[in-house]
Amino acid sequence: MSEAVDFKIVEEPKRPMAMNPKKFGMWLFMASVLMLFISLTSAYIVRQAEGNWLFFDLPTIFVVSTAIIVVSSVTMQLAFWSARKDDVERVKVMVLLTAILGLAFVISQYLGWKDLVARSVYLVGNPSGSFLYIITGLHAIHLVSAVVFLLFVLYSSFRNKVNSKNTVQIEICTTYWHFLGVLWVYLYVFLTLLR
Amino acid sequence: MATIDVHPQTATHHHDEHGDDHAHHGNFWTTYIFSEDHKVIAKQFLFTGMAWALIGGMLSVLFRLQLGFPEANLGWLKPILGGWLTPEGKIDPEFYLALVTMHGTIMVFFVLTAGLSGTFSNFLIPLQIGARDMASGFMNMLSYWFFFLSSAIMFISLFISTGPAAGGWVIYPPLSALPQAISGSGLGMTLWLVSMALFIVSSLLGSINYITTVINMRTLGMSFTKLPLTIWAFFLTAIIGILSFPVLFAAALLLIFDRSFGTSFYLSDIYIGGEALPNQGGSPILFQHLFWFLGHPEVYIVLLPALGITSEIIATNSRKPIFGYKAMVGSMLFIAILSFVVWAHHMFVTGMNPFLGSIFTLLTLIIAVPSAVKIFNYVTTLWKGNIRFTPAMLFSIGLVSFFLTGGITGIFLGNSAVDIQLHDTYFVVAHFHLVMGSASFFGMMAGVYHWFPKMFGRMMDEKLGYLHFWLTFIGVYLVFFPMHYIGIAGFPRRYYTWTAFETFSGFADLNMLVSVAAIITMVAQFIFLFNFIYNIFRGKLAPANPWNATTLEWTTPRLPGHGNWVGEIPTVYRWPYDYSKPGSKEDFIPQHIPYSETPESNLPHENDEIKLEMGGAGAIVVEERKH
Repeated sequence: MSEAVDFKIVEEPKRPMAMNPKKFGMWLFMASVLMLFISLTSAYIVRQAEGNWLFFDLPTIFVVSTAIIVVSSVTMQLAFWSARKDDVERVKVMVLLTAILGLAFVISQYLGWKDLVARSVYLVGNPSGSFLYIITGLHAIHLVSAVVFLLFVLYSSFRNKVNSKNTVQIEICTTYWHFLGVLWVYLYVFLTLLR
Repeated sequence: MATIDVHPQTATHHHDEHGDDHAHHGNFWTTYIFSEDHKVIAKQFLFTGMAWALIGGMLSVLFRLQLGFPEANLGWLKPILGGWLTPEGKIDPEFYLALVTMHGTIMVFFVLTAGLSGTFSNFLIPLQIGARDMASGFMNMLSYWFFFLSSAIMFISLFISTGPAAGGWVIYPPLSALPQAISGSGLGMTLWLVSMALFIVSSLLGSINYITTVINMRTLGMSFTKLPLTIWAFFLTAIIGILSFPVLFAAALLLIFDRSFGTSFYLSDIYIGGEALPNQGGSPILFQHLFWFLGHPEVYIVLLPALGITSEIIATNSRKPIFGYKAMVGSMLFIAILSFVVWAHHMFVTGMNPFLGSIFTLLTLIIAVPSAVKIFNYVTTLWKGNIRFTPAMLFSIGLVSFFLTGGITGIFLGNSAVDIQLHDTYFVVAHFHLVMGSASFFGMMAGVYHWFPKMFGRMMDEKLGYLHFWLTFIGVYLVFFPMHYIGIAGFPRRYYTWTAFETFSGFADLNMLVSVAAIITMVAQFIFLFNFIYNIFRGKLAPANPWNATTLEWTTPRLPGHGNWVGEIPTVYRWPYDYSKPGSKEDFIPQHIPYSETPESNLPHENDEIKLEMGGAGAIVVEERKH
């Protein structure tokens, strides 16, 4: 630097927002999934306000589902941290554990449905029950899609493609998993409060 | 003390390795059919959209024949319509409803959403922001093929024996939910719903890609304030799409459950032939809320890209900077936000709370403000410009005209009190066909005329373009202007015939005029079609920058290969509207010309930027300290 007068702080010309396009795409996808559930819960509120609304208690097993999905978020996060620390073996264990917990969640939701049926709350009937089946069902479908995603991550980890240098896939998966967890907690609170 | 943190810009940036070496790879299937190149996908959307526009236009001519000439014998259409003609040679009343339904669905979704956004977002986003391709070429390809599948299903539904969906493009239940209600609510409606579900998937895949690309893949120096207005429009359109299409999906999903699995989200207390249906506790109004929460933003999904295209074309052909760039961006943003809080103005007569009605009236009327800002800016851009009346320019000015005349009637309709008289009349039909239908269609046409040289490397014929413009422009006004009078007189829309009622038989001559004008307008489109197809193969070769425009797409080769630019992607130094800058040698300065090369025309603050340009090859100084 020969010109002694002014120093310039120069940054590499903007690679504007340093986010990986795939990660960003996942956030946008989550936004649209969120809108789907927002519209369903809004429809729920609108419909409920019109009266003729069947009252019934939520299946108690939904508490278990909620606990399972919260724990699965923890294991998912541990898997991600392990990937960053290159602890490949633990990644595999944690991802597998998360997938199993995910399936346990879906089964627990299914048991909740059976409980509803036992109490004569059916898909066909008062919209109060129909909404519950549709909302929980749609969420379960998304969760199954996330479990499939987890299996892809598991496959990658067995091919040694999940480590501190390749975190994008597992990071996107982690984001999606947390999103579905938070979404379920929101839905559970919503359904509990607006009976 | 000064921190020096210099990162000299390396010659290439990270996706440069994609360069033009891909250009000649791939066989016929990967190059033209399952292509991941944004330009090919854009053309696929364009061709499919044009095919749909023809079909949609033909359907409208059919029902205009019925409305304009109710006594005519249409027996000569027997080879095409077959069983849909009654023995007396009239259009079957239920088929008439199917015609208007499919015309609406096709035009709104398949032509003006997929055909417009799909074509120009795909084509222009990478070219104008300086990217090699979309963020995910694979998703982009999926987006088109989902659209294709959706198109195929909708197309098949036109030919099934019970006819396509016939409940109106808004598919209100219970009409659309009960197969007993109308024959179109049987298999036709099921196919409609399946097709739209696929369409929503396609649209979401596309939108995610557009937003990701605009935010993450801009070339060096292309800050948001230097984005062409087209890109702003496509960007905001995609955001609206991501937020509103899932809501339509929810509405359609619940409708599917009502139709096929016996739930009662929208159905209650319905008697058919004296028999009560088992469905209890549903609310058809709920569907309207869900539908219009998409439906209204959808209007802007259709219109905003057209407005963006027009901004670009009007500035280029007035040889003037766009008037009020920031106001243009701001008003589009404002329109996008408002579009989510006005949906209930479609539902004023559903018995909603009058107080709520007045709130939606207020919110609706506020949209007039950003819209007026846009029209003002278009006119002031034209003001004292060196206007070149290319066909694209004429279509853009035509858009401004329709946006104004159609927008003004929106102020009437947005009033919850006035709407009681005008609701579901031809006044509404006239309003939205001008402001959304024709305006967006003209935006699309303007875009095709303007970017045809970049798409196909050849020029379209100007004289045919003028003929096409004037016939269409006059035709559109002749079709839709009389409809205002018909509507104020109280003629309801979607009626098969009026001659059966003494009250409504008065405007038969006006309806005849409308129908004749509609047929002429439709015929005029074949001039365009000829011009378009012929010049893809035989047009005279286009120069690299035929319109002397400033944006990046004109810095590519005549026919850009895969990767768009040979060698490095140009760096952007200035905004896209440096037209007729005082002192400059030419009347335009492209975005990639640095200020250091144009000392004669620089403003004082721009001279300061030269220093920044020198700071390193293409580097941008973020902070400067005196020692």
